[in-house]
Amino acid sequence: MYNNIRELLDMCESEDMPLWKAVVENEKKLSDTSEEQIFETMAKRYEIMTAAAKRQLGTSPNPSKTMINGLAKGQFVHAQTGGLSGSFLNRVMAYALSCSEVNASMGKICAAPTAGSCGILPAVMVGVAEERMLDQDTVYRGLITAAGIGAVITQNATVSGAEGGCQAECGVAAGMAAAAVVEMLGGTPRQSATACSLALVNVMGLVCDPVAGLVQIPCAQRNASQAVNAIISADMALAGMPCIIPPDEVIDAMYQVGRMLPCALKETALGGIAATPTGKKIFRSFFSD
Amino acid sequence: MDVSIFHVLGPVMIGPSSSHTAGAAKLARTARAIAQKPFHHVSFGLHGSFAKTYKGHGTDKALVAGALDISEKDERLTDSFELAKKAGLDYDFYETDLGDVHENSVKFTFAFEDGTIMEVVGSSVGGGEIVIRKINDFAINLSATLPSIIIKQYDTKGVLSDITRVFAKHDINIATMSVSRTTKGEKALCIIESDSPISDAVGDQLREVKNVIDVMILNLISEEDEDV
Repeated sequence: MYNNIRELLDMCESEDMPLWKAVVENEKKLSDTSEEQIFETMAKRYEIMTAAAKRQLGTSPNPSKTMINGLAKGQFVHAQTGGLSGSFLNRVMAYALSCSEVNASMGKICAAPTAGSCGILPAVMVGVAEERMLDQDTVYRGLITAAGIGAVITQNATVSGAEGGCQAECGVAAGMAAAAVVEMLGGTPRQSATACSLALVNVMGLVCDPVAGLVQIPCAQRNASQAVNAIISADMALAGMPCIIPPDEVIDAMYQVGRMLPCALKETALGGIAATPTGKKIFRSFFSD
Repeated sequence: MDVSIFHVLGPVMIGPSSSHTAGAAKLARTARAIAQKPFHHVSFGLHGSFAKTYKGHGTDKALVAGALDISEKDERLTDSFELAKKAGLDYDFYETDLGDVHENSVKFTFAFEDGTIMEVVGSSVGGGEIVIRKINDFAINLSATLPSIIIKQYDTKGVLSDITRVFAKHDINIATMSVSRTTKGEKALCIIESDSPISDAVGDQLREVKNVIDVMILNLISEEDEDV
């Protein structure tokens, strides 16, 4: 079948099949399952993603719960005014923030690919599906595309913040979501892969620096901004922009950068904004009692 | 491609952390299954990162939830302290150093009605996956992703072939098998992982095998089989 993006694209192009279909064929063999079953499971996962993307849109700030409680509502209200970047992008950000709030407050989420980055793919999928009035099957095919790309990155690099920094968690989530958008809007498999590469290039080197070690700040903001990264990367690919560096080389570069990052910048809360005076103060207020 | 797309878009879990929340709940649920019989108290010895950061990630709630057999996907996880009170389960947390183990490790001490205790040590190794490292004095390596059976036996010749014969008779394929012992000729532990669920009938027959002391069956449902 395939072991990297190049082989995946070769398979799509030589057999004239869409990217999602190649991923389904691999999954059928790997998990001894049927296409119908794959779509059914994907539908259940999407239901959980959608619920998380919407749950916090009307919830007022309550700092006693989490540090990020109320962010989604603020962004959603702002979206109704159109904001500067338009109501669509503001809505997408609100959906991503909602997922992050649900996760931080011990609600139910679907890791995509991780819990810390669980807002990006749902925000993009729900937002684009609404904006373009896409039917459910198109969304599921997008999710399969995203997951197929994510599986290659999981196998050949890493999606762990502790191993590769935020670029490996939120960056990969953005890459997966970008590929999904291209697939849903009728782009080619190659354009999907390009969109993923562009998203990763845009975020190369981003560190994982959670304040007090909690999955809240800057994780919520990174979910919102990487959801937007996914959409603009998809737009660049759909415009025909090439990514001069092939996808597998971009993925490997991300992995190498992750390995080069010092431990202080990989989820340990010892560097970045976690290590600022205010970050340290918040840490003490949580864990000093 | 050896990675499932549902491994990438998953697990479905209660946040915020796959290792510190979901993995902790799964670890406790597995340890509970190993304990087998009802217990009235459980102590959680927290090691490494678990000891330092458990409050912020709800690791404590997740561990108590698992001890109550609440899954890492179940929203009741957040209310586990109250649910434990209702169920009459006491618990306590303490920081400990378990030596050369994974950063996210726990030592469970279950206290049973008959006054005996059982110790289980396990680790949450990331992405919601877990490994059981120790049951009482026996070092093991059990990820509980497949139906598993833990057999305590006397370390004697022929006992393993008697055990595998029971599996063959029930047409169960053995995926992996490992044996450990504390001292030659004394008690030993055999762990067998199978591709299909292991019935109680298999357990009953294994208990009748000469030199077998005890049998525990762990048919923990893996994520793919669950209705999400």
